[in-house]
Amino acid sequence: MEKKIQFTVSIYTENNIGLLNRISTIFLKRHINIESFTTSECEIENVFRFIIVVEMTQSGIEKVVKQIEKQVDVIKAFYHTDEETIFQETALYKVKSNSLFKERQIQKFIKKSNARIITVNPEFFVIEKTGFRNETDELYNDLAPYGLLQFTRSGRIAVTKSKMGISEILNTFKNQKKKKK
Amino acid sequence: MNKMKNNKNISGAEAVIKSLLKENADLVFGYPGGAIMPVYDEFFKFQDKIHHVLTRHEQGAVHAAQGYARSSGRVGVAIATSGPGATNLVTGIADAQIDSTPIVCITGQVPAHLLGSDAFQETDIIGISMPVTKWSYQITKASEVPGVIAKAFYIAKSGRPGPVLIDITKNAQFEMFDFNYKKCIGIRSYSPIPKIDNNKILDAAKLINTAKKPLIVWGQGVILGNAEKEFKNFVEKSGIPAAWTILGASALPTSHELNVGMVGMHGNYGPNILTNQCDLLIAIGMRFDDRVTGDTNSYAKQAKIIHLDIDPAEIDKNIKVDIPVIGDCKESLAMLSKNIKTKSYKNWLKTFDDLMKKEFNKVIKNDLSPKKKGLTMGESIIAINKFTKGKAIIVSDVGQHQMVACRYANFIESRSNITSGGLGTMGFALPAAIGAKMGAPKREVVAVIGDGGYQMTIQELGTIFQLQLPVKIVILNNDFLGMVRQWQQMFFNKRYASTEMVNPDFVSIAKAYFLDSEKVENRSDLEPAVKRMIESKKPYVLEISVEKEDNVFPMIPSGASVSDIRLE
Repeated sequence: MEKKIQFTVSIYTENNIGLLNRISTIFLKRHINIESFTTSECEIENVFRFIIVVEMTQSGIEKVVKQIEKQVDVIKAFYHTDEETIFQETALYKVKSNSLFKERQIQKFIKKSNARIITVNPEFFVIEKTGFRNETDELYNDLAPYGLLQFTRSGRIAVTKSKMGISEILNTFKNQKKKKK
Repeated sequence: MNKMKNNKNISGAEAVIKSLLKENADLVFGYPGGAIMPVYDEFFKFQDKIHHVLTRHEQGAVHAAQGYARSSGRVGVAIATSGPGATNLVTGIADAQIDSTPIVCITGQVPAHLLGSDAFQETDIIGISMPVTKWSYQITKASEVPGVIAKAFYIAKSGRPGPVLIDITKNAQFEMFDFNYKKCIGIRSYSPIPKIDNNKILDAAKLINTAKKPLIVWGQGVILGNAEKEFKNFVEKSGIPAAWTILGASALPTSHELNVGMVGMHGNYGPNILTNQCDLLIAIGMRFDDRVTGDTNSYAKQAKIIHLDIDPAEIDKNIKVDIPVIGDCKESLAMLSKNIKTKSYKNWLKTFDDLMKKEFNKVIKNDLSPKKKGLTMGESIIAINKFTKGKAIIVSDVGQHQMVACRYANFIESRSNITSGGLGTMGFALPAAIGAKMGAPKREVVAVIGDGGYQMTIQELGTIFQLQLPVKIVILNNDFLGMVRQWQQMFFNKRYASTEMVNPDFVSIAKAYFLDSEKVENRSDLEPAVKRMIESKKPYVLEISVEKEDNVFPMIPSGASVSDIRLE
């Protein structure tokens, strides 16, 4: 059996309604669980970037990325291993305000983990921590015994060490179109 | 000037018709309903310019559009209302997606302000059809109509063709705007025709020039790429025996000396067995479907594999290949031909002949010159060949008769075999034959259909009657869902669960639609009846009563290796 490893899939797309559905269908159809999914406008205006984390075999990810790239509104799709990307996740922890003052430990955890307090009010305060999964997990484990009112973690955001060259692709198209005209 | 004036302040619905005309789509198949009525009103006004064919069910419309696209090489258009009208298109859309057929489907939708409110006949057809369309778009403003339709036609036919769905809300059909049409010449996120890597051509040519026992397997890509001529040149110069997938049939004449038959589950004995003996497999415009490969772990393991395909996602999808040649095969085949030596493989070809003799003695002889009383499907196809002289387009449905039709039909011209390959859609043939005839009106069109599939879209006899369309319909009736029955016999110990059919009188049904019809039960009546049918200038329904429990052989049992193909 081919070994499964974690891949970060980056997809550059036009901003089209329904594309999210089209892309998730490609995973759904093959019974692949998406571990995390993030989307936002990227460095180019009106071009969106999806970042999807999946655990798959090498041959599996190759096929899936080709199927994604085949979609008309997808400009380009890539896959990378963890070593090839720089990635982070953000977690938010909501804690009762009185525990912050009663439990001195909590302040220690915040300092130790380089987390930030982003909101304080009489009832609760919110801690934000950006880092790797194991780092946000560690803070979670530290805080959990003191009672977490809410906890949420974002999907992975990532940039790659290598170049993506999306502007080049778009410029090539522009030049071809000029030639045709 | 006048022209400009005509395009000022027109409705979205009128813009739909004008856009279709700009794409030379002067024939559409459809069925009206509430949410698409403004467009139908324009069909009425433009009836001298655009022919709308009213089918009897939306599934009939989409299959007819597919048949039209397949016989003519143009984009087929199907149109339906929202809700059930739209969902009835889905089977045909899925069929077109898996068989790479260029069609544009247009559906009406509830007004934009009602979207998401569960309005009458509202259904999320964009969502439903998304996994089975090449592209889809929901229009909510009239101004989007020309641009989106231009894009739809461009996407449907370019690169690897496929189905596109456009959903138009009713308010957008009524809304007025100034119409201005520009053909789509490119989309920045989409490169339909990848550039061919010359190094791959040279690598492939090197393998071809040194191969001792090479085999070509071609698919529909040759037809979709209009590359029949380039393909024939390549085959003849290389001297390599060539076998076809079901959708590749007719790209090279059946009688061509290098045509060694069909591959796959019910293909010919030789090419299947020899797939696992060749030293080089050249796959052209085909996708290694599981019905072709059988068990992939024992498929052509001894051979080097070259794969020509326009779709990069097909490379290494099912079978790992040694040399991928990505691009339009019309170009890549011409490039390859320039780089290969003229060769012939006498001894290697003889092994195909020897295996064909074996298949003839065990299977074909009994199919075509049966000793038993009952008629066979095989002799029915041979009779059709005889009177059409191999010039007809054969449209087949799905099941035993489909395999027999493809095995025994004599194809001379390309685009002569229209069938539902990848999806295996029963009910495809009758409506597809309507489209096929309208896409190639000068050609004879013979629909060959089993008694099961026939009854799935039988209502399209009404369309044929209304159009007075001279398609010839042959029902190969064994009063069984024959292919499933064959599997039940072979793999489920003859437990014939729900496969026996108590059928109506098909001749009476045809006559109720005022169509000429007759039934044949005896061998001596077969040829005269087929002759009458082919010579008729009118639509004709011929029911041929065939042996109830005949099986189709050869057969690769599901999951077995191609070399484990069985003759009995």
